Amino acid sequence: MKKNLIILFLLIIFPFKAFALIEVDITRGNLNPLPLAVSPLSIDDKSKTSFKKILKKENIGSEISIIVENNLRTSGLFNPLSKDAFLQAPDIANLKPRFEDWNLIKAQALITGKVTYVNEKLRVEFRLWDILAAKEMMALAFTTVPSNWRRVGHIISDKVYERLTGEKGYFDTRIIYVAEEGPKTQRKKRLAIMDQDGANNKFLTLGNELVLTPRFNPASQMVTYLSYFKNLPRVYLLDIETGTQEVVGDFPGMTFAPRFSPDGKKIIMSFAKDGKSDIYTMDLENRLVEKITNHPSIDTSPSYSPNGKYIAFNSDRSGYQQIYIMKSDGSDVRRISFGNGIYGTPVWSPRGDLIAFTKLHKGNFYIGVMRTDGKGERLLTENYYQEAPSWSPNGRVLIFYRETKTNAKGEGFSAKLWSIDLTGYNERLVETQTDASDPSWSSLLSN
Amino acid sequence: MILSKILKNGFLILAACLVLTACATKKEVTTAPEISGQIQGDTYTGDDTVKYLADGVPDRVFFATNESILTTASRETLRAQAAWMRKNSNINVVVEGHADERGTREYNLALGERRANSAKDYLMTYGISSDRISILSYGKERPVDAGSTPLAWSKNRRSVTVKAN
Repeated sequence: MKKNLIILFLLIIFPFKAFALIEVDITRGNLNPLPLAVSPLSIDDKSKTSFKKILKKENIGSEISIIVENNLRTSGLFNPLSKDAFLQAPDIANLKPRFEDWNLIKAQALITGKVTYVNEKLRVEFRLWDILAAKEMMALAFTTVPSNWRRVGHIISDKVYERLTGEKGYFDTRIIYVAEEGPKTQRKKRLAIMDQDGANNKFLTLGNELVLTPRFNPASQMVTYLSYFKNLPRVYLLDIETGTQEVVGDFPGMTFAPRFSPDGKKIIMSFAKDGKSDIYTMDLENRLVEKITNHPSIDTSPSYSPNGKYIAFNSDRSGYQQIYIMKSDGSDVRRISFGNGIYGTPVWSPRGDLIAFTKLHKGNFYIGVMRTDGKGERLLTENYYQEAPSWSPNGRVLIFYRETKTNAKGEGFSAKLWSIDLTGYNERLVETQTDASDPSWSSLLSN
Repeated sequence: MILSKILKNGFLILAACLVLTACATKKEVTTAPEISGQIQGDTYTGDDTVKYLADGVPDRVFFATNESILTTASRETLRAQAAWMRKNSNINVVVEGHADERGTREYNLALGERRANSAKDYLMTYGISSDRISILSYGKERPVDAGSTPLAWSKNRRSVTVKAN
């Protein structure tokens, strides 16, 4: 995996003056997505033949442009136009688009590019054009190993997204989740990982023991999760690159609900004993364990603020599950959820200003967000059962899982991943090979 | 940026949504209508799913939503289990705690642990040494009834005493 990360940015040419020409409003969701054209990346015959041999893809230029198109469409902010309407050939458009032609099909932006095979590497250059202003907005080129071609598509998508919205993208990322199979009463669960768009799905465990709640380290490709290995539910640490696993800490009972600190150096989790669950941290360097809460209630689902100074968590000390915030040393505990219903799974946004949560109210489950003082609650989606939101690294999108109600015979159960924009628009099923739950979004693989 | 303007509009709409949803009673527990004597209050009283550790010794007790308090019937069951364990002093048990599907996964793991402990504590009160009883919470991971009904949920809110050796 390490070698995949070697992506060289050869040249970065920004236009001399960055007038904010086209601008995509990211708060509006899919109400008015920006029409844009993603021209297939042009490719010369020799390169085409070479890549066909290595990657078994007929035309890698088109394949990469399809990734970009899918990413931008899925974001709900862009409307990639049908390629059938394109008048200009990819190679010529990349040199100098005839803006009138693209204007005619109502494209406001155009992405062009070129793929070449150079010294056994894949070299991609792409340009983003503002059609109305008839200007180049961005030009970039990178060189990487051919097997990295999908990531090139994701990186281009991220650059375009960032240039047009003013915010970092989230396409060059992965999702770790729990793959589920079998009857509801006897589910087989495996850890699985995939690219954000569902490609490159891999199972990381065999399904011999129950596994739950995998979470990415925001600073690396490590994962922490709960495993019932030998029927002892414990928090584990997994290195995705090497496959090595280890138990976190030496607790005489169930540890669960793990997450990393924002710097990736600590794991915060719950330890259950004698009917009460408290929050603990363990420093991964010196293995020191610290007890953070000490209360006869259930304290669980801890999540750090991005600056590491605060912890949001879930406690039933008031009688029902509610969301609390405390300083990272456990002092200054304050309840922040006061709406109707019960609240769980608080997750601090990577921007720091919002907390996503699960809410149960009148027999329905909601995914929502509130400010860190508990005010400004907004419910984004309502369903029979859904929980466990996880933020995209730019804090714009939430991924969560949803379970269906079974019929009178107990049939028809399924668990699926869904994503929704922070605005409450653009709710989408995230396709997975099997049923899926407990998603966790990685940080950007490249920056 | 246009952004902030739209943000404000967005908040207005959302504020409106909040007003619409913000009128409800405090009570969150979905109470079932009593189903032909199988649920009392919110606790399962039937024996559909019950297995027996020995003659007259049921293996499980049931709980109300969000609760870990033992009912009169549960205490009777646990006293029978304790008597059976006293007679069979070579047998150790695992008390498995479970929750229904109407709660978040992590909270349910903790709740299952709390329920199993509630049963363990009662067994200990009746003379069973704590080192003969271990605890294992499954949260909502191992329902006995796959249904999405109050009756199914009530069967799943349970602690089950299982022979460990």
